[in-house]
Amino acid sequence: MIPCTAFDKMMDLHRVHMFPDRSELIHIDRIMLHERTGSVALTSMMEEGREVAAPDSVFATVDHIVSTKPGQRNAARMPGGEVFIDAMRETTRQFGLRLFDTHDPRQGIVHVIAPEQGIALPGITMVCPDSHTCTLGGLGTLAWGIGSTDCEHALATRTLRVTRPKTMRVNLTGIRPAWMNAKDIIVHLIAAHGAAGGRGYAVEFAGEAARNLEVEARLTLCNMAVEFGAFTGFVAADDKVFAYLRGRPFAPNERRWDQACAHWLSLQTDDGAVFHRELELDLSSISPAVSWGTSPEHTVPIGSAIPEPANATQKGALEYVGLAPGRPLVGTALDGAFIGSCTNSRLSDLRRAAAILKGRRVPEALRAICVPGSTSVKAQAEAEGLDQVFKAAGFEWQEAGCAMCFYAGGETFAAGDRVISSTNRNFEGRQGPGVRTHIASPETVAWSAVRGRIADVREAL
Amino acid sequence: MTGWTIHQGIAAPMLEDNVNTDAIIPSKEMKRVSKAGMAEGLFANLRYEGDRDPVAEFVLNRSPFGNASILLTGSNFGCGSSREHAVWALKDYGFRAIIAEAFGGIFFDNCMANGVVPVGLPKDHISEIAAWCETDPEARKPLINLDKMVVCTERSYSFQLPEAGHHMITTGQSPIDLTLAHKNAIDMFAQKDKATRPWLYHPAQMASPGKTISRATSSNEHKMNGIADR
Repeated sequence: MIPCTAFDKMMDLHRVHMFPDRSELIHIDRIMLHERTGSVALTSMMEEGREVAAPDSVFATVDHIVSTKPGQRNAARMPGGEVFIDAMRETTRQFGLRLFDTHDPRQGIVHVIAPEQGIALPGITMVCPDSHTCTLGGLGTLAWGIGSTDCEHALATRTLRVTRPKTMRVNLTGIRPAWMNAKDIIVHLIAAHGAAGGRGYAVEFAGEAARNLEVEARLTLCNMAVEFGAFTGFVAADDKVFAYLRGRPFAPNERRWDQACAHWLSLQTDDGAVFHRELELDLSSISPAVSWGTSPEHTVPIGSAIPEPANATQKGALEYVGLAPGRPLVGTALDGAFIGSCTNSRLSDLRRAAAILKGRRVPEALRAICVPGSTSVKAQAEAEGLDQVFKAAGFEWQEAGCAMCFYAGGETFAAGDRVISSTNRNFEGRQGPGVRTHIASPETVAWSAVRGRIADVREAL
Repeated sequence: MTGWTIHQGIAAPMLEDNVNTDAIIPSKEMKRVSKAGMAEGLFANLRYEGDRDPVAEFVLNRSPFGNASILLTGSNFGCGSSREHAVWALKDYGFRAIIAEAFGGIFFDNCMANGVVPVGLPKDHISEIAAWCETDPEARKPLINLDKMVVCTERSYSFQLPEAGHHMITTGQSPIDLTLAHKNAIDMFAQKDKATRPWLYHPAQMASPGKTISRATSSNEHKMNGIADR
């Protein structure tokens, strides 16, 4: 047998047809939708009189536009945004699709609930019209983000035509220190190889250090594969993933469980399989990551000085964030802190941030917000008393959703505010007009919020 | 959608790297559940200030680039969010081609689905085209020929597109209809799959439904519970 990468095995198993140009028609097993883009795709399908080919394989929720303010569950967080929520309800009803609506205990950020509900499974193909769909690679799922037109294609035909990307393996070695979040690892990788470093590749994160990551950390790691420019990222599934998934509502039932696990175990990269590119990353070489500019690649180890701009893009970034090269990022005063988003809003993130916040308080002038990734995460966090820790530390505690990860109008931080954020994008205006975002792990966000300035989380331990 | 093969137009230079889809169309400009009328929001944060006052220095606010239909840009154009609105806005504004060193992957596919050609060229070729246009952008308009797969100035630059994308742009045919020509193969795959991966079609159980789940949701769950063997 020819040694084969896990990615190629998964693609081969889903190939319906190969075209003369060697692009492939790939079967799509499950589809996730949210109101921001899913509503547009479904509306367009209705206008064109198309059918959803396999309604049982589609799972919809509301996360992007829905207000996360306590007591405003049915409102939009931007003026006029209700049209997206209404359209999602109407189109899913018309097509007979499942919708985890605002008051459903299963509601939440689409990439948080897909693992939580056992919708994402190892080795299956999943798409969503959202770039962070690659998050699900943390379970060994072959998942990637698509546009609205491709989403309509997937809904109508249960397939996508894909030009197979090349394969890259990122071998993670070394011991992960206690302060380190998977966020530090992936942002470090992006800083080292650029925001286009993974362009054209499906990235397998492998090695003992990857296997040592708990499941939720793997989801964080894969979440930002798209910020690396990659088609997707994944960690091959193992016993940790199986234990995580067992008994979840849309995971296989007990009778089929062993058969499913046997199949999933077969989806490992064979010894001797050759990747188009291999990278090594030693976790012991990584410092807490905080971005200084307007691309995730604009990141230096926290103790280092902000670099001299290498080009016009970097010069513009420094002007936008209002920072001077040559001085360290540490100590820069903050106006806001945000913990949430599909990157870092799971229970383990909230626990680790709360451990730092416990018995501490953020300065009066700093606005700090925590938005759990799903209604279920929120409920579990509250059952553990984490909400009390966040509130006592001066954080607002909100309902589940994407919230201030991106600005769509409505309330946000003030123009010019400097915000440290557990999100994935520090683009100009991403969190609001003129808002300067520094992306970091939730632990770094928590510790920096307490200090009122960008701070080294290693001091907190 | 109507297809096209040859296009000649004014090329606007925006020679930056990593121009992301948030910059191409900010989320706050995506106000309607629709693909139409997005031009107004194109590059809104760069193009306007205050109460929609044009930023004089921004390229599309400078003559003759307001009439541009080709964009010259740097590496990783269209990275970030998957929002297809970025392409809808570019197209609605009048752009037919984006010439970049490289593209965000999802954006690249979205372009082809909407008849906008993503032309990948090396950085020095893009600089050369920009320099050629610069002296008289209104007269020196690059020509894009999708039969020959070249961008022409006084020189010609070859580029490549996936066959499916080339077909979509040049014919304007719906990719869904093209794929539905393979419906038999898809149905056969799905049928076989139910036998080889039964676990995918027999979920463990449904969580207790919330109070306000729509009728569609509960009827579907009922259906899925029905097929689950317990």
